[in-house]
Amino acid sequence: MIEQLLQVQTDSPEVAWSLIAPLVTLALGGILLITISSLIPSLKDNWFPAAFTAGTAAAAMVFVVDIWDRVSSTGPEFVVANSMSVDQYTVFVTGVICISVFLVSLLFHGYLQREGFSGPEWYVLILMSASGGVLLASAEDLIVTFIGLEILSIAVYVLASLHLRRGESQEAGFKYFLLGALSSALFLYGIALTYGATGSTRLTGISQSGLNERGLSPAVDSSMILVAMALLMVGFAFKVSAVPFHLWTPDVYEGSPSPVVAFMASAVKVAGFAGMLRVFFVGFGPYVEDWRPLLQGLAIASLVVGSLLAIAQSNVKRMLAYSSITHAGFILIGIYAAADPESRSNGGVLGAEAFLFYLLAYTIMVAGTFGVITLIGRRDDGRHSLDDYRGLFKSNPVLAVLMSALLFAQAGIPFTSGFLAKFRVIAAAAQSEAYVLAGVAMLASVVAAVLYLRIVVSMFLVDSPAEADEPDALPSGLSAFPLAGVTAVAIAVVATIALGVLPFGQEILTDAAEAMSAMR
Amino acid sequence: MSEMLLPSLILIPLATAAIIAVVPSFFDKQPEKTEGFYLPFSGLIALAGSSLTGLVSFYVLAEFVVGEGGFQFTSTTPWVDSVGLSWAFGVDGISLFMVVLTGLLFPIALITTSAHHDSKAYHVWLMMLMAGSMGAFVALDLLVFFLFFEIVLVPMYFLIGGWGHGNRIYASMKFFLYTMAASALMLVGIVSLVWLTSGADGPSFDYRVLLEAVTADGFAAENETALTFIFLSFALAFSVKVPVFPIHTWLPDAHTEAPTSGSVILAGVLLKLGTYGFLRFGVGLFRDQIETFAPLFLTLGVIGIVYGAAVATMQKDLKRLVAYSSVAHMGFIVLGIFALNSQGLQGAVLQMVNHGLSTGALFILVGWVYERRHTRQIAELGGLQKSAPILAAVFTLVMLSSIGLPGLNGFAGEFLILLGTFQSGRWWAVVAVSGVILAALYMLWAYQRSFHGPADGENAEMKDLRPYELAGILPLLFLIVALGVYPRPVLDRIEPSVEALLQTTEERPERPGVEGIVAAAEEAEEHGDDDYGEDSHSEDSGDDSHAEDKDESHSDEDQSDEEPADDEASEKVDQ
Repeated sequence: MIEQLLQVQTDSPEVAWSLIAPLVTLALGGILLITISSLIPSLKDNWFPAAFTAGTAAAAMVFVVDIWDRVSSTGPEFVVANSMSVDQYTVFVTGVICISVFLVSLLFHGYLQREGFSGPEWYVLILMSASGGVLLASAEDLIVTFIGLEILSIAVYVLASLHLRRGESQEAGFKYFLLGALSSALFLYGIALTYGATGSTRLTGISQSGLNERGLSPAVDSSMILVAMALLMVGFAFKVSAVPFHLWTPDVYEGSPSPVVAFMASAVKVAGFAGMLRVFFVGFGPYVEDWRPLLQGLAIASLVVGSLLAIAQSNVKRMLAYSSITHAGFILIGIYAAADPESRSNGGVLGAEAFLFYLLAYTIMVAGTFGVITLIGRRDDGRHSLDDYRGLFKSNPVLAVLMSALLFAQAGIPFTSGFLAKFRVIAAAAQSEAYVLAGVAMLASVVAAVLYLRIVVSMFLVDSPAEADEPDALPSGLSAFPLAGVTAVAIAVVATIALGVLPFGQEILTDAAEAMSAMR
Repeated sequence: MSEMLLPSLILIPLATAAIIAVVPSFFDKQPEKTEGFYLPFSGLIALAGSSLTGLVSFYVLAEFVVGEGGFQFTSTTPWVDSVGLSWAFGVDGISLFMVVLTGLLFPIALITTSAHHDSKAYHVWLMMLMAGSMGAFVALDLLVFFLFFEIVLVPMYFLIGGWGHGNRIYASMKFFLYTMAASALMLVGIVSLVWLTSGADGPSFDYRVLLEAVTADGFAAENETALTFIFLSFALAFSVKVPVFPIHTWLPDAHTEAPTSGSVILAGVLLKLGTYGFLRFGVGLFRDQIETFAPLFLTLGVIGIVYGAAVATMQKDLKRLVAYSSVAHMGFIVLGIFALNSQGLQGAVLQMVNHGLSTGALFILVGWVYERRHTRQIAELGGLQKSAPILAAVFTLVMLSSIGLPGLNGFAGEFLILLGTFQSGRWWAVVAVSGVILAALYMLWAYQRSFHGPADGENAEMKDLRPYELAGILPLLFLIVALGVYPRPVLDRIEPSVEALLQTTEERPERPGVEGIVAAAEEAEEHGDDDYGEDSHSEDSGDDSHAEDKDESHSDEDQSDEEPADDEASEKVDQ
């Protein structure tokens, strides 16, 4: 084996740069940004870092479109010594991550100015983290998966604690780091056990070792692989904050800087789900009967706990943390339906479509929602209790309307992408005959509606307390808010409603879903 | 042209809402105190948009081909092909009048009421509500129906919460969550039904395709359990919307706290979504299940009638009284639907229209009283007849229509419903008749206390109806009388669709397993009566049994002759 390792080292693999261009663009963009800003310090305080980051995301998006066309005709491509695979699924997820980076970079601009921070490090970390996410989604080897996971996470640990004046921010970063480290350790242990059981860390290798294994080939220790799968699942469950591995979420969401939460809730989760899906579909496809029930358990727990605990909260960021847990439950149902071994031909694709559409719709909704929260937070980013939203409709009708559109979308009200996402998940679950799961999901979404309604009530129906003489009263009028941030929110709202009404993009979704189902 | 007719019913109010939203609120400045007709600029736009929509709905009514039971003005635009979603629209005799009612009530609500603040947002929500209600009534795609069925919650929620009275936030939350919770499972039911019926052509949410699939030979028997669960998920959603006793508790709160226009639309249009759902999707798609559960719903309907009336009698608040009378009236409609024969269904549709007219008018009148007296407590009112004779006269007419006085619209509908119920479940009809008497009791008593007697203090100085107010409510009064005297034109349009609805389900092969009902039906058959088990008359063609129906309905003596035998039959149904 050592010889094998040496061989890999000596023959440095051929790299198909054009196929991993989005990944390279994001990482290189980060490096370039920090280099340029150090060389020309005057640039780092103005619009440049935000524009550069948004531009990098847009450039990566251009590559995404290009690669989409290529892999559509050639089929999945394996690159960098087969350690990564580029197929329509990867490309789709990469696109979603780029969208998230784009929106978040717009949010950061006004935020940093308001909070009085300067410097490109926020943007650099976002770009780095995003590149890790892309790597995670495309990794074909558990070691690469782990590298992707760490690049993704470590940058976000730092981002979470980057608001230097707020104690909560430090606390959030620390908490996130500790629990993240724990989950990484579990994940690594899972990789080790997998290697022990199958003799490979390569996903295809793992699945091949299990191919003749439903009758249990002597080469594979099945109890060991069960434990390994459980540990890997826990590692991912931490990242996507599925119950019971969600405990960090409310605290971290509450404490972290708001635009960072927008990134955390969108891109980080998307990447976590994408990685989870690839590892389990490609690597542990033969063991689907063993890990699929885990998904069911995680989904039900997330739906029930997420929706119920949200009711008791009075901090909007905490509420939305719990709502993101409920969303995780829905996404898990999508995976559950996509992994249905019975209906590999049709139901799987429907589940895959539901999963991918949910990721896209959720990313846009949640980035927009936390965008509004970013705008409303006032200086020091601490005003997030429900009372701080009172009378928002009176003082800032446009923001209130945008926010309520996003909240209703999250609640799954018709004519928004949120409804269509939920509908697709429910339809896929019903096709896999997971009626109980579908029923629990719908009821949970009703319970979750309470929290969105509470915020809406606060904004529209309750008059604001007399706070005219308060020093940091929310400015009225849209012009008082940073243009970039408002633009990001407006884009999110338009996209949310457009995705909910117009049928465009269906072929893209189907292609990506078919690529995803083909991985099994 | 005719393809765009129904979509325009949705698009015009939607466009109106958009226009109102972008017009600066500068134009909306309300003068301090206005006497006489005043609508802010946004209200004028809303009135224009809703009137235009109303005109289109009248045009649909005029162009509707009488005597055809199928869907007319149909149009289909694909939406999400992979799961068979499409924007499919169409109206038949059942939805036609719901569309017209919606087109009529919105402009009237706009003329007769006004927002006391934020008139711009108020009119945006009203127009969105109109678009949503229209969409629900014309949708032929099950999911599109669900979309509209759900979306109407949002504007209504804001209307109650933003412009309501006292406990408005509680009422609006309760309204939203109750109805959303009930319909959540319907979505699971809808997709399950679609997968169940998904054939070689792939899944489809189109009602007509689904209807064909569920009426195919052997389908209903094969999937009995699944269909039962799916029916229950539908029934729960519709029952809360109607609302059927005992899940009606959101209604009195919502009605009492809602602004007048909200109450008018809620009673006139939104509640109809529930009964319309039962008619279109319940009776259409789940005939076996409907038959199985008919005794349950007949019982709940009757309880609703008696309970609603009894509770209404005890109310101190005039608006809450009307709200509970709504529960009773909706009980009648449920009764008519679950009678499952032609008269019952026709009566139900007619009564849906009647209830919209008379309860809508009642809410407008109560709103006027409140606007003038700033109280709705019956105890604080009195002698209004002297100070406001025209208001009192209008109130009397509407009240009598609500009670079901012969010659006014309420009578025609209730009579048909009772006639239908009498044939399929005699005892339920017998108990339900008491609801008419109770209605007279609570209505007349309330009228007596608030309009008769000596007028003192503010009551003596109450302003009578202004001309524009009278003009606004006049169409309702006209229809109340017209439909009472001559309901034939309406019934002519309803009947073929109702017959078609019953027809599709009668052709189905006999289904074993409902011994009680079948036995009851056989028992009844000997006496020439027409009971539930129409599917057991396998040798009878549908037309014959309906001919029978009509003969009987026109000769009440026949039925009373058969009473002893029939009691037995009904008792068996009870078991």
